[in-house]
Amino acid sequence: MALPGPLNRYLLLMAQEHLEFRLPEIKSLLSLFGGQFISNQGTYGKSPFWILSIPSEEIARNLMKRTVCAKSIFELWGHGRSSEELYSSLRSYPVEKMVPFLHSDSTYKIKIHTFNKTLTQEEKVKRIDALEFLPFEGKVNLKKPQHIFSLLEDYGLDPNCIPENPHNVYFGRWIADGQRELIESYSIKKRHFIGNTSMDAGLSFIMANHGKVKENDIVFDPFVGTGGLLIASAHFGAYVYGTDIDYNTVHGLGKASRKNQKWRGPDENIRANLRQYGLEKYYLDVLVSDASKPSWRKGTYFDAIITDPPYGIRESTRRTGSQKEIPKGMEKCPESHVPVSLSYHLSDMFFDLLNFAAETLVLGGRLVYWLPVYTPEYIEEMVPSHPCLKLISNCEQKLSSHTSRRLITMEKVKKFKAPDR
Amino acid sequence: MKLFTYNLLSLRVGVGPHGFPLHLQATKVHINPEDFNPDSVAHMIPKVEWVAFLEVTNTLHLIKLPKGPIHGHERDEKFLRKMHILQETDVLEGILQRPRLSFNWSKLISVIQMHCAFSTS
Repeated sequence: MALPGPLNRYLLLMAQEHLEFRLPEIKSLLSLFGGQFISNQGTYGKSPFWILSIPSEEIARNLMKRTVCAKSIFELWGHGRSSEELYSSLRSYPVEKMVPFLHSDSTYKIKIHTFNKTLTQEEKVKRIDALEFLPFEGKVNLKKPQHIFSLLEDYGLDPNCIPENPHNVYFGRWIADGQRELIESYSIKKRHFIGNTSMDAGLSFIMANHGKVKENDIVFDPFVGTGGLLIASAHFGAYVYGTDIDYNTVHGLGKASRKNQKWRGPDENIRANLRQYGLEKYYLDVLVSDASKPSWRKGTYFDAIITDPPYGIRESTRRTGSQKEIPKGMEKCPESHVPVSLSYHLSDMFFDLLNFAAETLVLGGRLVYWLPVYTPEYIEEMVPSHPCLKLISNCEQKLSSHTSRRLITMEKVKKFKAPDR
Repeated sequence: MKLFTYNLLSLRVGVGPHGFPLHLQATKVHINPEDFNPDSVAHMIPKVEWVAFLEVTNTLHLIKLPKGPIHGHERDEKFLRKMHILQETDVLEGILQRPRLSFNWSKLISVIQMHCAFSTS
């Protein structure tokens, strides 16, 4: 572990995916672990290199145990806009901070990462040799070193315009990798039960992170479907509830989204999905929501509400073929996943969702949901608001040329009183 | 339906506080031998409506519990083990009904309001 400093600097290497969602994810996770997002960097837009100040290595490691947006984190020892700047930056890094990782009993290796350029083996060796001025006293071990140091060179983002020299160079001690492997291990391609609108695994983990879900939390998804969002929360140790407005339940019918699959009802499917990942113990209940069924009592008991509500953005021209599978008597738009027979007006639904969140979330609890948007007419004022809920982030994901959806994250900051509207 | 869930359910809004708790007639109850996780039980306890919880543990002939959550319950393992029934107890079959009406003369006005609500539904 590094010596605790007033604030140590770390380099986050970010994945180049879901760009807008990354900063809110990192900020939410830092705040979950008692840190704060502190950085001198101007913008984060497209860059995969983020320099942050974090109070302790423990917080940095906790961050990496959760993030799916960041690939790796390094304790930053030096950086610059050229190799020369890097070396002089390294020379001013306090030696007493380096020594614990370089002493003669330790083993290490140096890795070189270049972005948007490939180096020859010769070029790599040259760079490692240039770092000899650092007080390395340990032994090199390429197979299982105790410490890994990384030299990272940034050659920009344009593969058609690769510069001779890097824009930025960084050197640091590798601390940990993020959780991007979850995206593959929880992929919906391998999941037992899916629906037409099952959430991409990466986004479901991002949502749980925006929601600051933690171990033992009670998390609720009011539009649960096949439970994809619950899986992400359960993976992080939360106990999960769902309600389902399954349009097929009324007829006692169900339609599987995969051929030859038996539909056993929403609760059994969600349980099976959790069981697939060894998460069944986090399953509390899934209720089928219906006018005659009971509802939730007054009180604050949900730590987070994370959901993908049904929304009805309709293209003016129907896609061919998509209407063949609709059960008789029910009209449904697969691309917008809402039964047309629902007389629930779109804005009423979000109003009710925010109100429900304001009533049942604990103070500090978060609501995370997708808001559909017709891009040409979108203005910020369209995002629903509530006096008890503070807007934390609003991230756009484009769906088509003129539609997108926005991931809205809100936090309950005020106790709910009935007349609040 | 887990016992904890039952404690969170009521009639739909609009029927006032008398929509809770629902009257439970359980015909099939299963105790899941779940791993005991004291932290998750401790986290649930502040969310529990205690009076309703005591009532249902009596109805289902479950273990005896104190009149309210113990102060410092987070560290009381014995108490947490008892409260584990929140997660372990699964009502597999049963009927949920509207709460029983009970006459309490000092609350006569609210009872009349209740009558009105029921007669319109």
